[in-house]
Amino acid sequence: MITKKPKTRAGSGLLARRRTVLAAAVTGGSGYLLSLFVPGLPLIKATNAQDIATGTIFKPNAFIRITTQNSITLIMRHAEMGQGIYTGISMLLAEELEVGLDQISIEAAPVDPAYIDAVAGEEETGGSSSTRDSWIPLREAGASARMMLIAAAAQKWGVPVSECAAKRGQVFHEATGRVLTYGALVEDAGRQSVPTKVTLKSAENFTVIGTNPRRLDTKAKTNGSAQFGIDVQIPGMKIGRIMACPVKGGRLTGYDRAAGMAVSGVVEILTLHDAIAVIGDHMWAAIKGLEASAPQWDFGPNAKTSTVDIIARMKRASEKPGVTAVSTGNTEQSLKNSHIRIDSTYELPFLAHAALEPINTTLHIRPDGADVWVGTQVPGRARQEVADATGLKPESIAVHNHLIGGGFGRRLDSNSIGQAARFAKQVAYPVKLIWTREEDITQDQFRPYYYDKISAGLDKEGLISAWHHRTTGSAVTARWYPEGMQKGLDPDAVEGAAVTPYAIPNQLVEFVRDEPDAVTTLWWRGVGPTHNVFVVESMIDDLAHQSGQDPLAFRKKLAKQQPRALKVLDEVAKQAEWSRKRPEGHGLGVALHYSFQTWAATVLEAAVSKNGEITLVRVDSAIDCGPIVFPDGVVAQVQGGLIFGLTMALYNEITLKNGQVEQTNFHNYRMMRLPEAPDIRVHLVPDPEAEIGGIGEVGTVAAAPALANALFAAKGKRLKRIPFAKQFGTEKV
Amino acid sequence: MDFELKINGVTHSVDVQPDMPLLWILRDILGLTGTKYGCGVAQCGACTVHMDGNPVRSCLLTVTDAAGHDITTIEAIEHTEIGSKVQQAWLDEEVIQCGYCQSGQIMAATALLQKIAHPTDEEIDNAMAGNICRCGTYVRIRKAIHRASSHDN
Repeated sequence: MITKKPKTRAGSGLLARRRTVLAAAVTGGSGYLLSLFVPGLPLIKATNAQDIATGTIFKPNAFIRITTQNSITLIMRHAEMGQGIYTGISMLLAEELEVGLDQISIEAAPVDPAYIDAVAGEEETGGSSSTRDSWIPLREAGASARMMLIAAAAQKWGVPVSECAAKRGQVFHEATGRVLTYGALVEDAGRQSVPTKVTLKSAENFTVIGTNPRRLDTKAKTNGSAQFGIDVQIPGMKIGRIMACPVKGGRLTGYDRAAGMAVSGVVEILTLHDAIAVIGDHMWAAIKGLEASAPQWDFGPNAKTSTVDIIARMKRASEKPGVTAVSTGNTEQSLKNSHIRIDSTYELPFLAHAALEPINTTLHIRPDGADVWVGTQVPGRARQEVADATGLKPESIAVHNHLIGGGFGRRLDSNSIGQAARFAKQVAYPVKLIWTREEDITQDQFRPYYYDKISAGLDKEGLISAWHHRTTGSAVTARWYPEGMQKGLDPDAVEGAAVTPYAIPNQLVEFVRDEPDAVTTLWWRGVGPTHNVFVVESMIDDLAHQSGQDPLAFRKKLAKQQPRALKVLDEVAKQAEWSRKRPEGHGLGVALHYSFQTWAATVLEAAVSKNGEITLVRVDSAIDCGPIVFPDGVVAQVQGGLIFGLTMALYNEITLKNGQVEQTNFHNYRMMRLPEAPDIRVHLVPDPEAEIGGIGEVGTVAAAPALANALFAAKGKRLKRIPFAKQFGTEKV
Repeated sequence: MDFELKINGVTHSVDVQPDMPLLWILRDILGLTGTKYGCGVAQCGACTVHMDGNPVRSCLLTVTDAAGHDITTIEAIEHTEIGSKVQQAWLDEEVIQCGYCQSGQIMAATALLQKIAHPTDEEIDNAMAGNICRCGTYVRIRKAIHRASSHDN
C-alpha cells in the first residue's frame, strides 16, 4: 500500500528543486560580515568573526570550517528548536569527518543557497525532514573533507593515501608513526580538489551514529547562558511591544499619543495601518505605554465573524464533492453492498502553537543594510520579508538565526518578521520587538479547522470493502507554497488519508477547500497526519468494535502486507501487555500510522473516574524510523510529541467571537502540566535497511487517536470532536 | 524611584517605577536574560527565581516587593549545592529540548529539593505543577528530580 509518498510539507520528493549539496557548498557561507559581534556561548558560536580573524581556513564545503589553530566549526543549516538537530547533524558530519563531538563548535548558518535543503527546496527546518534530508549529503560533506585532509597529509609525507587514516581530528601514517592535526593541514588541504566520488562508512563501522552523546545545546540551557532570539542584547537597543488589530483585516484608527508618551521609559510610538508599537527603554515601559495609548480600531469586514459561522459554512461546503485525491474501485456501490456500514463526521479545531518563547524579532535597519536577530525555521523567507518591508537589497540583510524556544511550525511563517521590519525601519536604533503572550495566541496563524465526513463498509469477513473520506478545510499549502497545490488539491490536507497502512479496495478520498476569512492558517506539529490519522484511526477502531473484532488484531489483519506495521504492532502489544485485563474504568487505545517515513504503533491506557476525570496512565510507542542516528533523541521526540498531541486532544481549541480570538493566555488555552503527564515508554525497533524516517512529529500524530480509542474502551463513548476533556463534563485531568 | 536589589549576592541600584516587575529589571536593565518571559501572568513559571530561597514568579513580583530580599536567578544557581546537582541531573537525564522553560523548571526543582531532600511523586507534582513545558519533557523532569535527590547523602 505504501509506495512513494506524495510530497507535502511532511513528505518528500514532489517539489524538490534538487541540487548537489557538495557542488553547491564549495563556495561556503562566508559572504556575510557582521556589523556587530554578539557574545556567543562556549560551544554555540554566534558568529564566524573569531575564525575569520585567524587567517587561513579550510572550507571544503559550506558545513565545515577548520582553522590553522585546529578550531573545527560545523555550520548548522537547520534551526535548533528543541528537536536536538544540532546534535544529530553534528553526528552525521563528525562520523565521516573523523572528529569527536567534544572537538567541535557549532554555528547557525546564514542565508546562503549553499544551505538550501534539497528536498524542501529552500533553507528550511520543518516537516520532520532535517535528518532525512541530511542523512546522505552531510555524511558526504564530512567524508569529502576527511579525504582532502588525508590527501594533503599523504602528499606532505610522500606516501600513498591508502596508508593514511584519520581519527579524532588527526591524520596518521601508521607505518612511520607520523601524525598531523587537521589544523596543521589546513593550507595543504585547501589546495586539494574536492573529491568527485565519496564512499561512506558502512553501518558496522559507525562510531558516532547510533550512540547517545550528550546533546550539544543543553548545557547552556541549564545555566541561563543559552541565547534565544528574545535574549539578544545589542548596544543602544530599545525594546517594543507590538499590538495588531484584534480582528483580521481591521485597521488602526487612532490612539492617545500624549498618554502613551507620558509613561516613564517610553521613547516612541510607531504605527502601521493595522498595528501599533510602543518602544521603550525596557519591556515594562512598552507594556504600560501601550495600555496608556489605548489604540482604537476599525474591525473591518470580519467584525461579526464567529467560529460557528466558519463551521456552518464549512459544513455546507462539505456537502458537495471535492477534488479527488484517490479513487479506486467503486466506492459508492461497495458502500451500499457492505455488510456493516458506518457514517461519521469528525471535527478538529483551530489550534494555536503556543510555543513558550513568544514571537519576537530584533532588527537594526540602516540606509545601506540591516541586521536581524531572530529564531526562524526559514531564514531565507525572513530575509525576504525584511527586504520587502524596507526596500533594501536582500544581500545587504544579515539574518542571525538563534535558538528557538519552541517552533512547532509557528516559525515557518515569517510575517511577524516583516511586521517588525516595518516598525523598525521608522527608527535609526536597533529595536527588539516582542509580542506579549496575549498577542502570540490571539494573532497566531492557526492549524486549520477540519470538517471530515467519512463512511466505511466491512464485508462478511470483517475486511474493509469501501472507504469514503471527504475532508473540508483550509489549504495551508495554497498560501505558504502555492507551487505545491496539485490542481486544487492540497496534498497536506489529505496526507494520512490518501495513503493509509491498510488494504482498502474501494477508496475515495476528496478535499474540499474552504478558506476561513477571519483567520490565517499555518503548519502545526504533525501537519496533515495529525489531522487525518485521528480520523482514520478512530474510524478503524469504530469498525473493529462494531464488528466485534479486537482493535489491534483488526489492524494486523488489514495491514498484513506491511511487515514493518506488523512489527511495531507486535512490539507495542507485548510492551503494553495489550491482552492484560485492566481495572474498571480503564481502557486501552491503539493507533497505527506511517508518516514522515516512520512506522509507529502506540497504545495508551486511560482511566475515567465516575465524575468524568480523565487520567492518562501510560503510553507505549513502538517506533521504526529506519536507521537511527541519535536513539535518545528519537525517544525524546516521541515522548514530547505525545505530550504535545495529548495536550491538544484533551484541551485545545481556538474560537472566535466577533472576529476576535477568545483564548488569550495559558489560563484559557490550557497546557498539560507535569502531574497530568503519563509515563511514556518508547520502544525502538529500527530497520537499518529501510529509508531513514523523520521523528519530530510522529508522537503528536499518534496522540489523539490513541487517546480517543482508549476513552472509548474505558467508557464506550466515541469521541469525534477535539478537544475531549470537556466532553466528559470536566476539564480536570 | 531608586530601589536596591540584591541579586545573586550583588546589590544593584535601579531607578524604575515602583510597579515594575522584577522580570523586566533582570532581563532589560541588568542583562540577566536566563530568566524568561512566557506569559506575564504567573501561569507558566518560565520566570521563576528564588526570593529568600522560595520560588517566585518574577513576572508579577514588583521591584517594591523584591527590594531588600535575597534574589537568586538561574545564572547563579550552580553556586548552590542543590542547584548544581539539579543542573547535572538535568544533563544526565537529557531533560532539555528547546530549553526555554528550563530555567524556571530548574529553579522550581531546586527550591523543592532545598526544602524536601527526597520528594515523593506527589510532592514533585505539587512543586512542579506551575511550570509549563511545551516540549513535553515532564517524564524526564520527574526522573531528573529523583536522580538529583538520590545524589544527596
